[in-house]
Amino acid sequence: MGKITDQIKAGKIFVSDGAWGTFLQQKGLKLGECPEEWNITHPEEVFDIAKSYIDAGADMIETNSFGGTIFKVEKYGLADKVFELNKAAAEISRNAAGDKFVIGSVGPTGKILMMGDVTEEELYDAFKEQVLGLEAGGVDAIMIETMTALDEARLAIRAAKENTKCEVFCTMTFDKTVQGEFRTMMGVSPTEMVETLVEAGADMIGANCGNGIADMIGIVREIRRANTEIPVLVHANAGMPHYHNGQTVFPETPDEMAVLVPKIIAAGANVIGGCCGTTPGHICRVREIVDRS
Amino acid sequence: MCEILQKLADCIEFGKINKAAPYPPQMKGLDGADEITKQALDEGVNAQQILTGGLMVGMEKVGIKFRENKVFVPQVLMSAKAMSTAMIHLKPYFLSGEVKQKGTFIIGTVEGDLHDIGKNLVSMMVEGNGWKVIDLGTDVKAEQFVAAIKEHENAIVGLSALLTTTMVNMEKITKAIKEAVPEAKVAVGGAPVTDDFRKRIGADAYSADPQGLVEYLNANV
Repeated sequence: MGKITDQIKAGKIFVSDGAWGTFLQQKGLKLGECPEEWNITHPEEVFDIAKSYIDAGADMIETNSFGGTIFKVEKYGLADKVFELNKAAAEISRNAAGDKFVIGSVGPTGKILMMGDVTEEELYDAFKEQVLGLEAGGVDAIMIETMTALDEARLAIRAAKENTKCEVFCTMTFDKTVQGEFRTMMGVSPTEMVETLVEAGADMIGANCGNGIADMIGIVREIRRANTEIPVLVHANAGMPHYHNGQTVFPETPDEMAVLVPKIIAAGANVIGGCCGTTPGHICRVREIVDRS
Repeated sequence: MCEILQKLADCIEFGKINKAAPYPPQMKGLDGADEITKQALDEGVNAQQILTGGLMVGMEKVGIKFRENKVFVPQVLMSAKAMSTAMIHLKPYFLSGEVKQKGTFIIGTVEGDLHDIGKNLVSMMVEGNGWKVIDLGTDVKAEQFVAAIKEHENAIVGLSALLTTTMVNMEKITKAIKEAVPEAKVAVGGAPVTDDFRKRIGADAYSADPQGLVEYLNANV
């Protein structure tokens, strides 16, 4: 099957998957339940999600392991299950993916290094434990995502590069400031991200979550101004959620997302997929547009 | 006296904890909030003036810069650290009643949500603006908020949530609080929360940033 980034360098545009968290909730995941525990307790539901994105035409799918470090699962009393939960996450997506790629999701720990919450070594070890589980379950790449701090992102990339044979991708989450610049919660700009993550060894970088796909175009442009070579991946939210009749609704429809896909490719993105609120319907439309362009 | 309070305000604004702290680079080797608070007390500046004329002045500047996206979470955290270092010296004066706090603010991340970065940030900024803060932690249920507000009369309550799925619990909690203590004031905040949402669930205040909450609280003293 080869490497994802080799095919990108040969000119291929890939389609990735859509939301997992909001999809799990639709399937009945309750508040206060550990999403990653479902890999053991509800594997068929998790498989359904993975499979629905393959059926929608995704070239790669993620794993149900976003909160899979010890710092997250210990809150549910699952501290000794990190390897097992991540391995199961990878196996489920592997089974669903067939000849498509599996990218193993790694989210932030919620710990802030500069506050002395944790040491660098503790963070590194936590990411190492998670990526070993994901690799054992058969992922092709590690997808470090929703990062806001450079130091944590760098440690996660290092842990994945030094302990697995997988390709390593990393995306950060940007908001627009009142001045109209893109910054993460910790104040990192796309330009600053490029330098640090590439130096740390990331094979692909980009942005995920955020306020919708329109902002992603500006973010990709800024990344491309800083680096013309590095492959770029985008996992965009279906807009900012609204509250409606006791439910939260993500406003961007599949068509609204699809319309912007040519622009984001023109800006320099190599992989396009969704984040919170996106569905197989969104990915299906993205697939059509990518195939046409 | 003015000069030492100004120096202290600068330490809070720029997050200079103590002399040994390397951050911020432009204040390297200078005294920090720790040393200057001690000096001020030694020189006979009263603790109330240190709080209102030094610490709170610096904290307000950080709050405004954060709202204007001129600084980000790391700078605010460093300021909060400088603030809490200074507060250690003032603690005895709080206990003796020589320094008066503006009131009590109860805060927690709502049931089902384990995220605490935003809640902690708000908690530190409110405390740094002269309020007593009762932090109930994360995954806080309606009964816990109600019990806390009964224990601390006239306290204002703040509810935090990061997730679109957990912010819906704010409605249930707000209703429970209003039912138990009708005159209680409830403020809500967090990434997915909006003022429109605040209106729908019957809460009293929303702010997109900590400084807005501080201003709301101060207007309710």
